[in-house]
Amino acid sequence: MGKTLFDKIWDAHVVTEIQDGPSILYIDRQFIHEVTSPQAFTGIEGRGRKVFRPSQITATADHNIPTMDQHLPIKEYLSAFQVEKLKENSARHGITYYGLGDEFNGIVHVVGPELGYTQPGMTIVCGDSHTSTHGAFGAVAFGVGTSEVEMVFASQCIMQPKPKRMRITIDGELGKGVTSKDVILYILSKLTASGATGYFIEYAGSTIRNMSMEARMTVCNMSIELGARGGMIAPDQKTFDYVKGRKYAPQGADFDKAVATWKQLYSDADAIFDKEYTFDAADIIPMITYGTNPGLGMKITDKIPSLTSVDPATKETFVKALQYMGFEPEQQLLGKEVDWVFVGSCTNGRIEDFRLLAAMLKGRKRAPHINTYIVPGSYLVEKQIKEEGLDKIFAEADVELRQPGCSSCLAMNEDKVPSGKYCVATSNRNFEGRQGPGARTILASPLTAAAAIITGKITDPREFL
Amino acid sequence: MAIEKFITTISRVVPIPIEEIDTDQIIPARFLKATDKKGFGDNLFRDWRYDKNNQPIADFPLNNPKYSGCILVGGKNFGCGSSREHAAWAIADYGFKVVVSSFFADIFKNNVLNNGVLPVQVSEAFLAKIFAAVDANPATELKVDLVNQTITLIATNESEGFEINAYKKDCLLNGFDDIDYLISKLPEIEAFEKKYKG
Repeated sequence: MGKTLFDKIWDAHVVTEIQDGPSILYIDRQFIHEVTSPQAFTGIEGRGRKVFRPSQITATADHNIPTMDQHLPIKEYLSAFQVEKLKENSARHGITYYGLGDEFNGIVHVVGPELGYTQPGMTIVCGDSHTSTHGAFGAVAFGVGTSEVEMVFASQCIMQPKPKRMRITIDGELGKGVTSKDVILYILSKLTASGATGYFIEYAGSTIRNMSMEARMTVCNMSIELGARGGMIAPDQKTFDYVKGRKYAPQGADFDKAVATWKQLYSDADAIFDKEYTFDAADIIPMITYGTNPGLGMKITDKIPSLTSVDPATKETFVKALQYMGFEPEQQLLGKEVDWVFVGSCTNGRIEDFRLLAAMLKGRKRAPHINTYIVPGSYLVEKQIKEEGLDKIFAEADVELRQPGCSSCLAMNEDKVPSGKYCVATSNRNFEGRQGPGARTILASPLTAAAAIITGKITDPREFL
Repeated sequence: MAIEKFITTISRVVPIPIEEIDTDQIIPARFLKATDKKGFGDNLFRDWRYDKNNQPIADFPLNNPKYSGCILVGGKNFGCGSSREHAAWAIADYGFKVVVSSFFADIFKNNVLNNGVLPVQVSEAFLAKIFAAVDANPATELKVDLVNQTITLIATNESEGFEINAYKKDCLLNGFDDIDYLISKLPEIEAFEKKYKG
């Protein structure tokens, strides 16, 4: 019987399997950031040990940093302390660290791919659930807790039970104004926020094949919102072309050798998945969420479900979500006035996302009442925005470009949305209080976000295309 | 650095009958700025537990004096969302030894296990029974027996088995820690590396 892509990579990294227990899984690369690493450093030092393989670990400060005036010291004491700790800990253990102001600093899941750390066939972990992003390159990449970060510090391994395999196939051409973000929000609306718990997803089909690497990263990024351990896409020529020439990618003859190996990374025709789903791209239009988990989404033209149509078991949760959001069952959200728009995050903070935003904002203006957080995913993304002149389009549209970081995705810094206010966000989570206590998040694509900037309302972006 | 050994637990429960409780609710992001593992219990369920003026919300189960004990019971898909282990630290720091739900998010389940807190996955029907029993009588007690892998409503003696892999069970019962285990395996890991990296 053939093997799935996931099994090929997982099996090649198993040091040993414990009977009726987890596997010891070897990790090629661990990314760390300031929020989920300090206790792991304290832990390993408490055991009197040094980091085992520091050259396979990369650190970047992203969660807790301001997105303005990054040349100045961080004002908030605890944030500054956490970032300083990451710098010190990295230096003490010989780990490469990209701090504020560094040309390669940025959100960990944007930095990894753009520097060529992320490569097909790898196992990658980070103390961050959106590590699934790296799966777009045909890597087994997933988020872990801080105890597991410490395991990798101690041994370059973690203890993991093997998840089941799921394949989600999407075929067909996406309509105008429909992005990869809409694809994953659509899948979420169908499978729910726990639809893939216990599984590792492989995304397949012509719709996925036709996506750019950036778009594929958006899809894999939100695998965790389905509850999945991770999500991945078999590498192809697009993947190899993206990786080629990047700073930490194999170079010259080594690259050709690597590509020959990477070309073996696909699910065999007779490989068996524990679960399969198939969707038709033609059924997908711009999507938004209306509730407080990413599975509570709908087509932008739809109405919120009625009370009688939801599963009685989930009714209480549904009612609580609508109460928090200030919405009613059967309400249509098109035309609903919003207050803030956030474009950025590890989901939609790459150059392509800012190109989409700029294309729609060009020659148009921000609605006067709309506040924005427009935040590049990394310094390299910011640099490219400026090289392509997108920053001028933003300025002309009266939209301010901020500096890189996680920003309003989880609002650990000052980039908060005030209580009760509505924010159309290109990030990944609409949980209660995610963008600040009481903030109400509506997840959407960069195009839908752009349309909301212009009209100040929830607007179908296809109106502007 | 061993974790605390898990012993058979008999306790009243704190019920939160809500589904999809994500780790942002268990511990909001603004409280993740600490660099040690202590004190997170104070902010467990912060925004459900306190109002805007930091006053306790009286009917939230953690504030309601009729509920107590070291067993937390939540709705389906408990612990979804962010991988933050701070959620597990908050639950452990508050004093919970067991979390019961009909379904747990994967990362959260690993995180609580790594902190000596036992996630007990029960059927939807048994979960509903627990919520109903506690609703009728807040003094309802549950017994969680890890050795025999059973959870029992003491008053009615209704019981259900739960799954846990033998390795993790052994770790919890003996207070073993995965990191020490991996350190003991370093020679094997180095041998693997040699072969793997060619």
